[in-house]
Amino acid sequence: MTRSSGVGAASMWAPYDLEYPYKRSVGPVLGRFFGGLKNRRFEAVRASDGRVICPPPEADPVTGEALGGEGGWTEVGPGGVVTSWSWVPSPRPKHPLQKPFAWALIQLDGASTALLHVVDASGESAMKTGMRVAPRWRDATVGDIRDVECFVTEGTR
Amino acid sequence: MSDAPKEIVKRIETPIHLTFQFTPGVGASRFLRGIAEGRILGLRCTQCAKVYVSPRGSCPKCGAPTLDEAKVTDRGTITSFSIVRVPSEGIDIELPFVCASILLDGADNTFYHVIREVPVEDVRMGMRVEAVWVPREELRASLESIRHFKPTGEPDAPFDSYKEHL
Repeated sequence: MTRSSGVGAASMWAPYDLEYPYKRSVGPVLGRFFGGLKNRRFEAVRASDGRVICPPPEADPVTGEALGGEGGWTEVGPGGVVTSWSWVPSPRPKHPLQKPFAWALIQLDGASTALLHVVDASGESAMKTGMRVAPRWRDATVGDIRDVECFVTEGTR
Repeated sequence: MSDAPKEIVKRIETPIHLTFQFTPGVGASRFLRGIAEGRILGLRCTQCAKVYVSPRGSCPKCGAPTLDEAKVTDRGTITSFSIVRVPSEGIDIELPFVCASILLDGADNTFYHVIREVPVEDVRMGMRVEAVWVPREELRASLESIRHFKPTGEPDAPFDSYKEHL
């Protein structure tokens, strides 16, 4: 395909699609988190300072000790509170929703930290820091962060 | 919390997908237009006179522009090669196949293409090969217009003729 000019010196152009079909080993800690999602649960770890962290890290943020051992787990959510958010008025083709939505930090009930996910709201004015949200699960879960399609205002679906 | 055995996921799929517009630049565009006409075009450095296929518009050695067209044939010499026995997504060439670095007659650099029509164990450095093109009506501005290279049957090129290109 050439530009319409037809000038001999002009550069051609062509659409280019590049895909790396990566599969990633997630390790035992994130593996358990994703296994939880497959069963529609949020698994979190307890850190040495007593905080409950979700999604779970492999190492303690303070001491660096390994986390996620026997007895170090707890379940959080499924509801939570939006602690911060950013409105996306024009979603890109690879965005999780093909309509305006919010990226949000969501502190699940029982967790000390927030999880980055998507909130499907009717509009920017429907978003509020501190609002209660709950997950909308996809029909066939596979053990992936996309098992949660998005979060919605608690009490809706 | 229940004491039920926990499910552990071992792998997740994380594809990276990029869609963009590729502009090969002026030098490579001249080369690709030549390919669409069934000929291989080299461009010559205005300073050191080396001929590059496929050209990038400037000489990687001198930095000078490569402006003059140089005739390059679709025959050349294998300088190095690999036998590919492992499948890859997006490559649907029957295994095993040979990917070779080919020094075309008239060129001063090598480029990569697939060698076929010969058992992989018979492929060797110095082997003389020629391009097998798609039918005339299927030619387009892509290296896929050359299906593969195949042996010409000529005697092997002497090592000294390609030793600078290994």
